[in-house]
Amino acid sequence: MADISLRKVAKSYGKTSVVEALDLDIHSGEFIVVLGPSGCGKSTLLRMIAGLEEISGGEIAIEDRVVDRLEPRERGCAMVFQNYALYPHMTVADNIGYSLKVAGVPKAERRARIEKVAATLALDTLLDRRPAQLSGGQRQRVAMGRAMIREPKVFLFDEPLSNLDAKLRVQMRIEIRKLHNRLAATSIFVTHDQVEAMTLADRIVVMNAGKVEQVGTPLDLWNRPASRFVAGFVGSPPMNLVEATIAADGAGVLADGTRIDLPEHRLARDAAVIVGVRAEDVRIGPAVNDPRLVLGVEFIERLGSASLVHGRLAGADFVVTAPPALAEGAPEGLALTLPVDRLHLFDAVDGRRIETDASSVEALPIAFETVAAPAL
Amino acid sequence: MERRASFRHWWIGIAFAVPQIVLIFTFFYWPAGQAVYWSMTLQQPWGGGNIWVGFDNFRQIFADALYWNSVALSTVFALFSTVLSMGLALMLAVFVDRELTGSKIYRVVMIWPYGIAAPALALAFRFIMAPEAGFLSFVNRLWPGLWDPGLDGTDAMISVIVAFSWKYVGYDFVFFLSALQGIPKALKEAAALDGAGWLRRLWDVQLPLLTPTVFFLLVIDITESFQDSFGIVDIMTSGGPARATELMVYKIYFDGFKGLDYSGAAAQSIILMGLIVALTVLQFRFIERRVHYK
Ligand SMILES: Nc1ncnc2c1ncn2[C@@H]1O[C@H](COP(=O)(O)OP(=O)(O)OP(=O)(O)O)[C@@H](O)[C@H]1O
Ligand SMILES: [Mg+2]
Repeated sequence: MADISLRKVAKSYGKTSVVEALDLDIHSGEFIVVLGPSGCGKSTLLRMIAGLEEISGGEIAIEDRVVDRLEPRERGCAMVFQNYALYPHMTVADNIGYSLKVAGVPKAERRARIEKVAATLALDTLLDRRPAQLSGGQRQRVAMGRAMIREPKVFLFDEPLSNLDAKLRVQMRIEIRKLHNRLAATSIFVTHDQVEAMTLADRIVVMNAGKVEQVGTPLDLWNRPASRFVAGFVGSPPMNLVEATIAADGAGVLADGTRIDLPEHRLARDAAVIVGVRAEDVRIGPAVNDPRLVLGVEFIERLGSASLVHGRLAGADFVVTAPPALAEGAPEGLALTLPVDRLHLFDAVDGRRIETDASSVEALPIAFETVAAPAL
Repeated sequence: MERRASFRHWWIGIAFAVPQIVLIFTFFYWPAGQAVYWSMTLQQPWGGGNIWVGFDNFRQIFADALYWNSVALSTVFALFSTVLSMGLALMLAVFVDRELTGSKIYRVVMIWPYGIAAPALALAFRFIMAPEAGFLSFVNRLWPGLWDPGLDGTDAMISVIVAFSWKYVGYDFVFFLSALQGIPKALKEAAALDGAGWLRRLWDVQLPLLTPTVFFLLVIDITESFQDSFGIVDIMTSGGPARATELMVYKIYFDGFKGLDYSGAAAQSIILMGLIVALTVLQFRFIERRVHYK
């Protein structure tokens, strides 16, 4: 378990800057997911923490100890690589136990610890095989075992699930989270899959082009995306984003001249904003006083539990979640209502979130009734 | 897609192959057949045809202590030059792979020696190894008589081994370097995170993954040491002093062209050919069974 703190950490290759002045505090025992599109510098960040990549500026501290100048092995991090990087000439047991061998742990103790780790990962019957004789999921578990056996203070995962098929990915995702709950080591998990991020993370760090866009819990990111980028990246389907300008009375005017009501704000007249709304927050059917908001339907995605109606609204792509029944014989135009308390506003220029009265939408109280679990 | 060309007449394809067949036949099968024939016959001293003697030539060779001497020398030469050139090549390849200073220059320069013809190389080394001039003359001043390949058989053997290894270091280096660079970087990084320093990583991760290359080069180097050593021996020592560097390939030349014993030389070359064929077969088996790591 360890705190990790990054202060103005930067990385550049020659003149190209890959990570810029990044600040981040990670608490001991936390599960952090670094989320961002391909090439945004996630792996680079992870490798800088592990010590595989030198930093060009700033400072990294693990447990209040500055590690910038330390070798990877002195930092106490274990890493699971994207392609697993198993030693091809060693058996599963030797792969898992290599760090102990290097550390000079006696053979008997090594064997015992390997067996213990293998048992937790259901690898006990595979210990004498070589990586080439394993399936993708088994290799992934060996890579996990190799990291686990060192009982590291920090676990680093670089897209460890991206080579697995969809079903296995979900399964391993749950395994990783369970493992974390049990070991409670600080974990940093890199992915570009937002579902993975939402389901695994205590807190998510959203990165874009080498900068941190937002740090927050999955619900924070969902309910109060700090920027237009986060809004468009988190969620499936991503949040609808429509350009608008502010009218004299404070309402929003879309590109085609349609007026929509906006939450209370302090924006000047003619200010350009981006209005964001999630597909599932849009109400189908005309508003009482505003029947002009019509979605030009283009196609419908049937998910079973719901249907996603894709179309265009005031020149922008727009998605609405509809009940499955609507899927059959959908109309060409669908009248919509945008609930004022579910709208997000972003600055059209820098993309930052504009605080409004409706900004605390997550505060909707849900009454739970505590029920005793049924006896089995 | 059909990759084979097809011709309208059956003889067109054969016609295309003829030049190649003629070349191979003229310069390989025919001389090789001649050698087999000579090795089974005895030349008349004053001309007038060959007398069939069966395996007598071989029996004579195998009973000859001088022949076994050349076999032993060839073995020593093969072992030491292979170990020396592969060892040095591996070391240099590791340095270059770690991108130590000067590695860019090495990468280019290292292959040059392989392009130098053996006699030219041998001439250069004759000067380098000369006891009366250059660096070794200083050695001899300090310890008089320590180094003289002209008189001392061991010194002569060392000289030809060094010269031959120098040529093959570059060749081996290229193979080692490409093999080292073919090892995924992530493996080294994983080992670094597992706590291994660079030497340990080299020993535990990189070298085991080089085994296929080591086997390959071992066979190639030994094979070459049996054939390619001729030019070096001929220029540097002429097999001397006192037959101390008379390798198999040199003895064939000497017995045949200086001793004018064509039949004996032919029999020796058949034996050497058999040896090289055996090594080549071995190499193909290794290449086929080569472990491929993914
Ligand atoms: N050795 C290098 N030299 C120059 N640029 C590099 C080097 N390594 C990485 N980069 C650049 O740094 C940027 C970030 O790379 P990084 O591998 O961290 O991306 P990533 O977020 O992990 O992407 P992915 O999701 O595709 O793995 C990329 O634009 C990449 O081109
Ligand atoms: Mg990456």
